[in-house]
Parts: sequence; C-alpha cells; structure tokens
Amino acid sequence: MNPVNYLYLAALLFTIGAAGVLIRRNAIVVFMCVELMLNACNLAFVAFSRMHGNLDGQIIAFFTMVVAAAEVVVGLAIIVSLFRSRHSASVDDASLMKL
Amino acid sequence: MENAENLIALLVAAPLLGAAVLLCGGRRLDRAGHWLGTVLAAASFVIGAVLFFDMLGRGAEERTLRQHLFSWVPVESFQADVAFQLDQLSMTFVLLITGVGTLIHVYSIGYMAHDERRRRFFGYLNLFLAAMLLLVLADNYLLLYFGWEGVGLASFLLIGFWQHKPSAATAAKKAFLVNRVGDMGLSIAIMLMFTTFGTFAFGPVLAATGETSEGMLTAIGLMLLLAACGKSAQVPLQSWLGDAMEGPTPVSALIHAATMVTAGVYLITRSGAIFNAAPDAQLAVAVVGAVTLLFGAIVGCAKDDIKKALAGSTMSQIGYMILAAGLGPVGYAFAIMHLVTHGFFKAGLFLGAGSVMHGMNDEVDMRKYGGLRKYMPVTFVTFGLGYLAIIGFPGLSGFWSKDKIIEAAFAKGGTEGWILGGVALLGAGITAYYMTRVMLMTFFGEKRWQPAPDPDTAPSVEPGIEVHPGEMPHPHESPRSMTIPMILLAFGSVFAGALFSLNGAFVNWLRPVTDFEHGHPPVSAATVTVSTVVVLLIGVGIAYAQYGRRPVPVVAPRGSLLTRAARRDLLQDDFNHIVLVRGGEHLTRSLVYLDHTLVDGVVNGTAASVGGLSGRLRKLQNGFARSYAVSMLGGTAVLIAATLLMRGV
Repeated sequence: MNPVNYLYLAALLFTIGAAGVLIRRNAIVVFMCVELMLNACNLAFVAFSRMHGNLDGQIIAFFTMVVAAAEVVVGLAIIVSLFRSRHSASVDDASLMKL
Repeated sequence: MENAENLIALLVAAPLLGAAVLLCGGRRLDRAGHWLGTVLAAASFVIGAVLFFDMLGRGAEERTLRQHLFSWVPVESFQADVAFQLDQLSMTFVLLITGVGTLIHVYSIGYMAHDERRRRFFGYLNLFLAAMLLLVLADNYLLLYFGWEGVGLASFLLIGFWQHKPSAATAAKKAFLVNRVGDMGLSIAIMLMFTTFGTFAFGPVLAATGETSEGMLTAIGLMLLLAACGKSAQVPLQSWLGDAMEGPTPVSALIHAATMVTAGVYLITRSGAIFNAAPDAQLAVAVVGAVTLLFGAIVGCAKDDIKKALAGSTMSQIGYMILAAGLGPVGYAFAIMHLVTHGFFKAGLFLGAGSVMHGMNDEVDMRKYGGLRKYMPVTFVTFGLGYLAIIGFPGLSGFWSKDKIIEAAFAKGGTEGWILGGVALLGAGITAYYMTRVMLMTFFGEKRWQPAPDPDTAPSVEPGIEVHPGEMPHPHESPRSMTIPMILLAFGSVFAGALFSLNGAFVNWLRPVTDFEHGHPPVSAATVTVSTVVVLLIGVGIAYAQYGRRPVPVVAPRGSLLTRAARRDLLQDDFNHIVLVRGGEHLTRSLVYLDHTLVDGVVNGTAASVGGLSGRLRKLQNGFARSYAVSMLGGTAVLIAATLLMRGV
C-alpha cells in the first residue's frame, strides 16, 4: 500500500485531535484529543521512516510514547485533583490564572 | 657661591612651613604664631637677598639658576616636573613678594593685635606668599598653574577672613568665582601648549614659537590674556577687586602690591615670546590695559570709601602694566619696573589707609575724615610720599616708571600709538585728580568726624576693636609695628624709581629675559615728559579746586550721571547681572523647558505607548486553556507557513 495514505490518515487524526482540543470542554476529552494528536504525529513519523528507509522516525516515535506516558500520569493526576476540588471537569471553569 | 640653586626651594618652603605649622598647630601657638609667620617670611626674604647678590656676582648670561626637585607626573611624553627656574624676572618678583610681604606681616602684628584669630590670619598670609613664590619660580606652566590656584585659594581665605560678615563671605566667593573664569583661560592655554608643543616647560615652549602657526599662538595668547584678566582684575573680569576690600586692610595691601594682581603681568611678561609672535594677541593685551587704566581711574574718582578709591587706582595702575606688556619688548621691562615701584607705593598707601581707619574707629568713608594731618603725622607723611609717587611727581618712583610707559605707548607708532599714548596720558591726569582728592579729603580741610555708628546697624565695623556707639573718634598715631613698615615703604616710593633708572639699571637687568628695544616715539621724550607733568598738574589743580578750596559735604552730593555710574563701579555688577546672571537664568530656563518638553516628552511618550500596548496585550492572557491552545495552533501554523515561504524563496 502506498505509504502516503498513512500520512493522510495521520493528518486526519491530527485535525480531529486539534479540533477536539479547541472545541470540547471536558478535560478528559481534551486530554484524549491531545493523545490523538500525539499518536497522529507518531503515525506520521513511522510513515516517514518507512518512506525514507531509515529508523530515525521510529526511534522518535518511541520517545514520543515515553513522553506521552509521563504526560498522561501528570495530566490525569491534575484533572483528578481539579475534579475533587471543584466537582467539575470543564477546562473553562479552571480559568483563574489571569490578570 | 657653590650650588646656590639648592636654596631656591627654601624660598617657597619657609612660608609654606609657616602656613602648615600655624594652620595645624592649634591654639597653643596663639601667643607666638604671628612672630613665627613674620620670621619665616623674613627668612624667605633673606634667602632671596642672598640669591640676589649671588646672581649679581655672575655674568648676565649665567644668571639663570635651575633646580629640579622631583618628577611630578611622569607619563610617557607628559612630563610634569616640580622644578624651579630663578632668572632675573623671577628674582625681581621674589624680592618684591618677600620684601613687601614681610613688611605687611610686621604691620599685621599691630593691625590684627585684637583679633582672636590672628594666628590663622598669619597662616593664610604665609600660604599666600608661598603660593605666589611658587607661581613666579616655576619653570613650567603646569607648576605655575599650581601656584596660580594656590594664590586664588589664599585670596579667597583672606578676603573672607571675617566670614561672619555676609558681605565679606560674598566678596570672597565673588573673587574666587571671577578668578575661576580666568583660570579656565590658563588651563586651556596649557592644554593648547601641550597639544602644539608637546610640553609646557618655559624653555622649549618659548623657544619653539618660531615654528608654530600664528593662529595657534594667537589662541594661546588670548587664553593667557583671559587668565591675566582674571588674576589682575582687568576688564572684563575686574569686578572682584572692589569687593575684595572686605578683607582686612593688610590683605588688600598684599593683594594689590606684592601678590595676586601682579600675577597676570608676570604671566604675560613671562610668555613674551608667544605674544611677540602673535601681534593680534599682543594688541589685545595693550587694548585691555588701556581700557582698564581708564576704567579703574574713573571708578577711583567717584568712590568715597578710601579703600575702594585705592582699589580703583590699583586697577588703573595694573592697566598701565598690562598696556606696557602689550607693547612687546619695548614695554616689558617698564611693565615690571612699574610693578615694583607700584608695589612700594601701593602697599604704603594701603597700610596708610589701614592706619587711618585704625585711628578713626574703622570708618572708611573719606567724607567723614578731614584734617587728620595734625593727628597722624607719620601716616600723613608716608601716605603723602606714596601719593606723590603714584601720581608720578617728578623725581619719585612712579614718575620714572609711568613716564616710560607713556613714552613706550606713543612709540607703538601710527594711530594705535597715538590712541594708546593719549589714553595713558589722560590716565595720568585722572590719577593725579583722584589721588589728590583722597589726600585732600583725608588729611586736609576741616574735621568732618562723625560719632561711631551703632555696631548693630553698621555691621561693617571690623571686629576685635572696641567701638562704643556714639563716641567721637579720637585719632592717634598707630603703634610702631605699623608705622615702621610704612616708613620703609615710603623710602621705596621715593627712591626706587630713580635707583632703577640710573643708567637704565633695571632695563639692563631684565634684558636677558624679556629682551628690550628702544621705542621711538613720534615726539621727543622730553615732550612726553613735559606733557605728562602738565596733565598731572591739571589733574591736581582740578581736584584742589573741587576739594581743597571748597568744604567737602559729609553726605555725598547726587552727582552727575557719570559720577553715579562710577560709584556703582561703572555698572560692572549691573552689566554682569543683566548679561551673565539674567542671561544664564534664561538659558537654564529654556534648557529646563526643552528638557521637560522634548527629552521628557520622548521618554514619557515611549513609556506610555509601551504601557498602552501591554495593557492591550495582557487581555490575551484570559485564563482559558482553549484560548491558549488556539494561540499555539495559530502560532505554529504561522511558523510553518513562514518556513515554507522562506524555503520557496
């Protein structure tokens, strides 16, 4: 199969993820959309790796997965503690950090 | 004498030691301090006399002595040395400064006897002598500048000696500030010398004037003239001299006769080679001298304060010297000769004035004197001889020197010669007029004594002297410590001029340093002398008609416009106030306005626009995470687009 198709898929997934981050208010959903964007990037990296015939992209994909895992740990912890204190998972409710 | 040059430093060291000991010694020196100061001044004179006779013993070409003490600022090509040069010109000044200075020290012992700060006074006097000696003994312009500033400091301290009087404190400040203007001239001249000649030692600078452009020499000459104007109270920097009378009378005598005002004449004579090579600057010197000699004489005619009348006469006589120095080699020797004779009679006149004030409850208004010749015979005779000398009475000191200057001014040639000579001649007449006026008002006529003023309402009374309000003055001869210096100075006033003129002794003495040319006046020398004497007699006659034959009113009459202007020092202070003070205020005000509008406008405008912009920008920070996400996405999109575009280009 033509590897370019994977790139199209990656772009589609990234767009869906970005739209989700911008549009949805639920912190969990926003979070999942971020994960979707990360994985779209991973897919693109792997596709490029295949197209160029070297392993650089795949190695970066592993790095991304590690960082994403760490981010999930921290991010979920923040969301849970936010929910505990405010009984809400809406990102718009947590808008106190402003002048 | 072997190694006579080693004595030169002692000339300066003796009074300097006196100043240090007296000013640092504290109260335990109060009882003997004045003797210490006087002895050290006299010691300096004795050393000067020893060096003088030693110098006489050598040939005219081997008379210059040099002493190198130490390197002051050795930096690459900038070599400032503390080194002395004693030649005939310096020697003349050394003898004048230490001789007259010592007499004034002796006089001050009596004059300041009741002043509790007498020790300090003598310390300042010694400092004055030391600074002036440093000035005339220096072998380079930088060390001369050091002495020059020292003289300025000492004069400040002495003019403001009675600093509890606001007028004295102001006069001291005024003298110092006006002198600063002149000092700027000297420092610029020294900088110009260094950039032009690469050195500021007298020898190399004065020898190199031949290879330098006339424009540069004119600039240096004019700056030196500015310096001389400041120290020697020449127009336009003359305004400090009259106010300097606030100091004790011996200080006035010292400033006017031996130190301070003679420094400008010394500077110009010493820099003669520069002026000879820059005729424009030299003419400026002569013009300044001529203007000042009339200016001072006119001021002297109108003053009722005896010291201020004498101050006007000093200004005028120094004008003669500067005029002579501006005539070039024809006049240098006569400038110095007049300086020395003037040193004698002006010191004598001031000490006489001090003696009169001493006997008259410190009254300075001549309209309240009168008939004093019977009560103060010694003062009368010595003052009278000084008077005859200053007006140039034939045979006395002033005659020999002033007549030569008038002759030399005519010898300048052309229209300039006629104008300068005419001014000098006219000045001689006015001198005769105002000095006769002083003489008649003080010593002749009926008594116009007034009871002593209340010290509360008349703060000009010198402190330390018991004055009871309402008490009539009972004039008496001053103590011997005051009369003996006056008598010695009177001898100088009478005989010095004739002695100097014997076979042209003084001119020949100075010739190796200042060079000399015989002037050729358009009329014969005898004609000049006769017309000088005639003008003098006319001046005396007018004064006698006005002040001798008619009674002198105690309250000054209103007088003509010129008289009133002259009483206000020919409006010099008003001129300074309107042009310099007001002008300066306007300048600062416009600068402040410019600062507030332009500079502050730019600064404040920048700050306000940055503030306003950031006020708008901070709205972007609204706390909504999704808004930030849009910014990030937009930013990233822009970055990627920019990268692609740049790659396309």
